[in-house]
Amino acid sequence: MDFSALLSQLLNGLAEASSLFLVAAGLSLIFGVTRIVNFAHGSFYMLGLYIAYSIVEHLMGSMGAAGFWLGLALAAISVGLIGAVVEIVLLRRIYKAPELFQLLATFALVLVINDAVLGYWGAEELLGRRAPGLSGSIDILGRQFPSYNFFLIAIGPVILGLVWLLLVRTRWGVLVRAATQDREMLGALGVNQAWLFTSVFALGAMLAGLGGAVQLPREPASLSLDLRTIGEAFVIVVVGGMGSLPGAYVAALLIAEIKALCIGLGSTTLFGIPVSFSKLTLVIEFLVMAVVLVLRPWGLMGKPQATSRNSAPVEAPLRPGSTHFKWLMGALLLALAVLPLLSTWLPYASVLTQDVLVTVLFAVSLHFIMGPGGMHSFGHAAYFGLGAYGAAILFKVLTMPMPLAFAFAPLVAGLGALVFGWFCVRLSGVYLAMLTLAFSQIVWSVVFQWEDVTGGSNGITGIWPSAWLDGTRYYYLTLVLVVSSLFLVRRILFAPFGYSLRAARDSALRADAIGIDVKRVQWLAFIIAGLFAGLAGTLYIFSKGSISPDAMAVGKSVDGLVMVLLGGIQNLLGPVVGASVFSVLQDSIMRATDYWRAVFGGVILLLVLVFPQGIAGFFQQLAEAWRHWRARAAVKAAALPRTLEKQA
Amino acid sequence: MNAVHSTQQPVAHAASELLLEVSALNAWYGAAQVLYELNLNVRRGEVVALMGRNGAGKSTTFKALMGMLARRQGGIRFMGQEISTLAPFERARRGLGFVPEDRRVFTHLTVTENLEVGRQSDRHWPDGSEALNWTPQQLFEFFPNLGAMQDRPGGQMSGGEQQMLTVARTLMGNPFLILLDEPSEGVAPVIVEQMAQMILALKAKGASILLSEQNLHFAGLVSDRAYVLEKGLVRYEGSMAELAANEAVRKAYLTM
Repeated sequence: MDFSALLSQLLNGLAEASSLFLVAAGLSLIFGVTRIVNFAHGSFYMLGLYIAYSIVEHLMGSMGAAGFWLGLALAAISVGLIGAVVEIVLLRRIYKAPELFQLLATFALVLVINDAVLGYWGAEELLGRRAPGLSGSIDILGRQFPSYNFFLIAIGPVILGLVWLLLVRTRWGVLVRAATQDREMLGALGVNQAWLFTSVFALGAMLAGLGGAVQLPREPASLSLDLRTIGEAFVIVVVGGMGSLPGAYVAALLIAEIKALCIGLGSTTLFGIPVSFSKLTLVIEFLVMAVVLVLRPWGLMGKPQATSRNSAPVEAPLRPGSTHFKWLMGALLLALAVLPLLSTWLPYASVLTQDVLVTVLFAVSLHFIMGPGGMHSFGHAAYFGLGAYGAAILFKVLTMPMPLAFAFAPLVAGLGALVFGWFCVRLSGVYLAMLTLAFSQIVWSVVFQWEDVTGGSNGITGIWPSAWLDGTRYYYLTLVLVVSSLFLVRRILFAPFGYSLRAARDSALRADAIGIDVKRVQWLAFIIAGLFAGLAGTLYIFSKGSISPDAMAVGKSVDGLVMVLLGGIQNLLGPVVGASVFSVLQDSIMRATDYWRAVFGGVILLLVLVFPQGIAGFFQQLAEAWRHWRARAAVKAAALPRTLEKQA
Repeated sequence: MNAVHSTQQPVAHAASELLLEVSALNAWYGAAQVLYELNLNVRRGEVVALMGRNGAGKSTTFKALMGMLARRQGGIRFMGQEISTLAPFERARRGLGFVPEDRRVFTHLTVTENLEVGRQSDRHWPDGSEALNWTPQQLFEFFPNLGAMQDRPGGQMSGGEQQMLTVARTLMGNPFLILLDEPSEGVAPVIVEQMAQMILALKAKGASILLSEQNLHFAGLVSDRAYVLEKGLVRYEGSMAELAANEAVRKAYLTM
């Protein structure tokens, strides 16, 4: 690669960095003040691009060149207003809810916004107009460089400077900075946080909207931008340090430049081995993030995080189920066992049940590290995918017999968890969640790009169980394996190891002090969860016969989170209920409407607002209230005769 | 226990109007009740001490008064109006100024910026007379060592300086009543002395203060009256002089 090519790639990287910085800056600001990790921030970016497209199309007809620039500004402002509405209508109600519920709510927004965009703008990609006056290119050392990119290169630092001034020079900025440290004290000093939060959220959304709008001449508006952007923005914010704006800028530059370099290098030979750097771009940002998090757990320019003052309530100890409950479970098991015999009347039931069982196992494995383990994994799909792809590759590529491939595949996932877990248990909170996301993105990218082995985006097909395990027999295999896994997980949680794990979650320091090797216990839990998720993946692939990278993308991890939270994280039965409800809901909504994402998102939002303890948690609370009421009634009944005696 | 109105404070404001009137205040941390049927009041111009050992419920009382506890119950009338359903920021805006015991200075903000966070507009008493209103300049004169470090980040100050800054920050809100939580705790003896001087100076300017305190000597220097708390219950109330004379109460609820 010659110097001019390198220079042009580096300039490209700078232009790329600006938009990413705008999104990351907004995300960082919002997190700093509200402590909410806004999953919907990528959606604001996407909205900015779509709205800019429509406004510019409309205005340029009547106003010419000025319409373009005005359109970009109006798009950003519109997104800011949408952000304000979201904050007032939704987030304001859940600031006191546990962190994970907030994430879930903002993820539901992603779904709703995506379908709203689909409904209004359609599924086609939309390419916007060129910027008037900047549509040409400039010659740099013999290479053509688009002049619009210089505008992009400039806008990042300009916005950084403006936001900086706002934070340092205004009373609003002082209050925002105070709020990042101690919101409660701010309230006690007479500051109404409600409008502060709304304005910060609106500003953050506006920055993301601007980031999207300025991409109008460069990037077609498409429906996949939301999740792609939020992934990149997460990486930048975490690499730069949560809450640090200069950090976000440095990280955006660093990652954009490394990516640009990879594209620039293309395919070369290193030490005699052909290496395709351009293919590395999908993985590279997550590799950077993993390296940074291990070396500097709070990011390049961030500060170690203070624990938030209103995190999840103290978890109640787990209680073994009552006798009634065990009878109920037994009856349910019996019903599941006879289900295939009813196939004449319910042809679809056993197929759906098999899917539900696999999903339940996946959710239970996630709940195992999230609930009792206290480690919030955002990349649990990786282990599901490793199990599924492991089975496929062992079976297809290494031509192992099916039972052997089946037996070894979960171990592949366990191995993945062993390696990733070692890094992950060194972190906690949001950073841990982001690192798990990064690892799962790496696995996904490898699967997506390693076409020779994994089939790339087409995936692998033709993976069926041996003849003697076909059909109904596979249903029973699934039932037996899933049910025994559930028992095993329950057993582990009520064993000394389970106690250590829960002790480590409740207070790592105290657990350490009584001789529990916290990191080791958590690592082991990570591996166990990976094994069970891998088993779920293995069961899945042999029931479907094929797999594609979609089955292990970010969406799958989020599905898992939704199931666990839906069911209630403090309850062992939670993931079972959550996964079942989730699967059945998804199955029925998806068949009923094209806009299933919006409906699904709406249902999640409703659940988050109505049942902050999850479904199973809600019924447990009802049961407790009932018990409490009965106990009080009993006391009253006992007290009554005595008062009568006294009166007599 | 003395009856509520039996002990009249000697140096209360001429108007002698009730500023704060707390009746049957209960509070809980989770399921555990920490305050029981607490009654207390503060008149305009008074300095009242809330005394008791560690864990007696002093800080909890303050937090409940500010609305910073999730579960609480009971009446709080401030300047004749019920405030027990208001959010903390609304109570602060009514003129209830809170100085927390753990200081909670904004460590990344400078002294001036910390004051800016606490700023509220000037206040007037219901009778139209001007309340004790502050500007940063007046505060820097009142706390000369803060004046000498206006641009220093809160995180780079000594404990005593931070203590002064939290008081100054609350004064920026021009409060009608100052809730001062454990001003003498965790600072050097010379600072304790300064805190006492400061409270007396504020009192001389007409400020009304409810302070919590373990140290009988300190409370005796600055306060007119005292309530003694133990395990969330008011065990004694009376003038400072009476408390000093009552060895039984002191032995039972205050000294180690």
